[in-house]
Amino acid sequence: MDKIKNLFQDDLKAVALGIEFIKDDLEIQGAEVTQLDWQPPASGDSHLIELLDKLDEPENQDKINKANEEAIERILNSQPILVGYDQAINVIPGMKKNLILHAGPPIAWENMNGAMRGAVTGAIVFEGLAENIEEAEKVAASGKVEFAPCHEHDAVGSMAGVTSASMYVHIVENKVYGNVAYTNLSEQLSKILRFGANDQSVIDRLNWMRDVLGPMLRDAMKFCSEGIDLRLLLSKALHMGDEAHNRNVAGTTLLIQALTPYIVQTDWSKEDQKEVFDFVLSSDYFSGPTWMALAKCSLDAAHGVKNSTIVTTMCRNGYEFGIRVSGMSGNTWFTGPAQEVIGPLFAGYKREDSGLDIGDSAITETFGVGGFAMATAPAIVPLVGGTVADAMNVTEEMKDITTTKNPNVTIPVLNFMGIPTGIDIRKVIKLNKLPTINTAIAHKDAGIGMIGAGITHPPFEAFKDALEAFAETLTGAK
Amino acid sequence: MSIRAKIKKNTYLDSISLMSISTQANNIEHVKQAMIGMGTDMNKEVIENVGMTVDEIKKATTGDLIIVIQTDKEDQLDAAMEEVEKLFIRKEDKSETKEKTYNSISSAVEDVDSNIAVISVNGLYAAREAREALNNDLHVMLFSDNVSIEDEVELKKLAHEKGLLMMGPDCGTAIINNTGLCFANKVRKGNIGIVGASGTGSQELSVRIHDFGYGISQLIGTGGRDLSKEVNGIMMVDGIRALEEAPDTEVIVLISKPPEKEVEKKVLKEVNKSKKPVVIWFLGGDEESIQASKGHYAKGSKEAAIKAVVLAGADEDSLNKHSLNLPLIKEVQKKLKPEQKYIRGLFTGGTLCDEAMLAAKEYYEDMYSNISKDEKYQLEDSGKSFHHTFIDFGSDEYTDGKPHPMIDPSARIDRFMEEAADPKVGVILLDFVLGYGSHEDPVGAMVPAIKEAKEKAKAEGRHLEIIGYVLGTDEDRQNLKAQNDKLDSLGVTLSSSSQNLGLLARGFVNKEENNG
Repeated sequence: MDKIKNLFQDDLKAVALGIEFIKDDLEIQGAEVTQLDWQPPASGDSHLIELLDKLDEPENQDKINKANEEAIERILNSQPILVGYDQAINVIPGMKKNLILHAGPPIAWENMNGAMRGAVTGAIVFEGLAENIEEAEKVAASGKVEFAPCHEHDAVGSMAGVTSASMYVHIVENKVYGNVAYTNLSEQLSKILRFGANDQSVIDRLNWMRDVLGPMLRDAMKFCSEGIDLRLLLSKALHMGDEAHNRNVAGTTLLIQALTPYIVQTDWSKEDQKEVFDFVLSSDYFSGPTWMALAKCSLDAAHGVKNSTIVTTMCRNGYEFGIRVSGMSGNTWFTGPAQEVIGPLFAGYKREDSGLDIGDSAITETFGVGGFAMATAPAIVPLVGGTVADAMNVTEEMKDITTTKNPNVTIPVLNFMGIPTGIDIRKVIKLNKLPTINTAIAHKDAGIGMIGAGITHPPFEAFKDALEAFAETLTGAK
Repeated sequence: MSIRAKIKKNTYLDSISLMSISTQANNIEHVKQAMIGMGTDMNKEVIENVGMTVDEIKKATTGDLIIVIQTDKEDQLDAAMEEVEKLFIRKEDKSETKEKTYNSISSAVEDVDSNIAVISVNGLYAAREAREALNNDLHVMLFSDNVSIEDEVELKKLAHEKGLLMMGPDCGTAIINNTGLCFANKVRKGNIGIVGASGTGSQELSVRIHDFGYGISQLIGTGGRDLSKEVNGIMMVDGIRALEEAPDTEVIVLISKPPEKEVEKKVLKEVNKSKKPVVIWFLGGDEESIQASKGHYAKGSKEAAIKAVVLAGADEDSLNKHSLNLPLIKEVQKKLKPEQKYIRGLFTGGTLCDEAMLAAKEYYEDMYSNISKDEKYQLEDSGKSFHHTFIDFGSDEYTDGKPHPMIDPSARIDRFMEEAADPKVGVILLDFVLGYGSHEDPVGAMVPAIKEAKEKAKAEGRHLEIIGYVLGTDEDRQNLKAQNDKLDSLGVTLSSSSQNLGLLARGFVNKEENNG
């Protein structure tokens, strides 16, 4: 009764949903009213509503909420440390000479789009498994090389995400939970393998990265016994205006600042070092993959918590968008068609030239940065095609589909609010509100490269399928 | 093909803004291709790749901004370049202060201090929203109907456990802290608290109490099914307890249709425990059991209001009770022809319909209605009147997919014209509900029809008696007096209360001289 007593003694402060005049009349009387921008749950899909209701039953809700608490705790408590660099074949579990890892959920050669095919064939040539691109296409189609998602090998890869045996990768170790995540090195610039380009200049650069950049970073990190605390750098980068997916100006500066004292201790010549520093300087994206590995490292620690509805992976292969949910352990993928990315394009390219959404980089949004931290990167609002207020709104909206705010990674302009963390498939379905992903745009054809950047969303189907499968696992309801 | 480049020396723009401007530039009329970027080697290379390099571009440094466009014809370049330049002008952003919007109750309460949720969404979705509100410790006013009784029981149990108000589903009226929710009248604040399972009944009581110079502390709505066997009066009992503890409430009034016997027992037990006087108006309720519970029995709405204000401190003798105008009854009786013997009541308020019908029923057996509990007196076709007929236009068959007649009074106009043309009809009853939520001029909406009907009847040499009752206060925005004046000017007889409405009607068509 105390709550009723309090109501009777307080001013009326209402949340209103539905008929507009009810709100108007309350306001006329001087009551404070917050009118919701309300829509029927799951857009009124009665089957999904039934499943949501089932999951909302107190007993089920209890189980889910407890599991989600644990999953969230694991994401927040993770401490991803950059401990070194090495060749994929030496460190990535299950890596072998004829294995090509790629971005997104599993995909067969015949379904790969232009950018993915360009990257795969480029990597086959780079690994010496074919003489030229033409031959590489035959090799790729022959079954002599195997394909697997980076995600199924503790790795992530930006754009096509193609990672082959001799490429150098970051090694990011979770100091709290012990798991390790890998990702390859940024190729900088725009005409690069991960965007589907594969001419000699691309292969030459990959060779240099294998022969100079990679080994130099590997050697440098041997002088850094503690490793580099990536979350600390990420938090600083967000305070400096990065959202750590499409804007990495600050992060790259911080990362090279952290690496330099060790690079200069190596036996590599000044000329080689200068070349490496020039390479880093040539693009702000240098640290982009690093934040992906950080996110992967934290989210993998939260994968496989029974009964949890938290999304631990979002990724795309240019053909399909795939998600994984903590409560459905292992490589249980839920997919839907990859979507178009809308945003500004480089000169000479048109919307029709865009390849569909591709890359493991949506792991950053899964963690709570990228599109989710749009508010902290007003410098890149042209991507959302609007105003700074629109950018703020994107972050605000992502609060609705996430579970908590990460106190370790904050957004100063939103009063140091933590980044929205822990996408809950129930909330996505209920509000019919999809995650916002900042990303780059690759040309739809092989051999060209990056042509722009923009915004996209996952397909609703992936979340719908995940919810249905989850509900069936938990309650037996179909 | 014509190409023009423009170099802006020492001008910096970030790459994403430049990409965005480039993309827009490519959409300008006559522009075949456009590239805008800083003079970096990479950009120069891109420009070269698309075949737009001119000499000035080669000289540009990384601190210079390059604009280069290509058009079909030379004479298109000037206009195109001018349009490109416009893209650099930033519109001042006025949207910064735009109000934050929320999609869900949970996200709203996280930011905004709130204590009640007022829910009026489609009934299919209403229960889950109400549950979310309760789980966020909000009191709930659930206006939506079509919520299952199972959901209602679950919601009310949850609210009871949490010590929250769960008003509804299908709760049309409440007044909390002198603020009307949904359909409510502007009444004085006072020391009388109401718990009502009937929306228009609660409105009528609050208005009568206001009219007698007293006021309302709280009006807690319960929804129409609260006193059913399944719901078992959870909200009414909690409402009584809440008012019992509220220091500014001195008298409690309960309104409902007759409850289930077991539920009535439970409610009356609570009444018996109350230290405050409780007036009970259960339409057609049992006087004896109410008296036995120490409750003050009221047969009609006005009687309930009188008892309440007297218990609240009024001097009964000084109240203007608006007693029935007996000479008027005689007068109307004389005007009506012998065959004009039927009452037709066309109501927008359910309880107003019920109360008038109950009064008339004491005189006449043959009372038919679309809301009759007795199957024998259910209209076969609610579209066709039979003998004495009372229609509640707020009933489901009239509101399915349409606004409530209190908001949109047009639904009953056609029916009114039909009844007015029926030579067997002696009197037509019309209610007009004012207040928050209601039509801005309910009488006005009916005026043309009343005029026409009166004229037609006159031409046919018959008196058409219409009694209008306007439920409202002098403080309602539609203004009680203005509404009554409109009716009066049309020759409509005014009733001063819901209770009198039925009493007048039954008298008007009474052919036995001694009654009235």
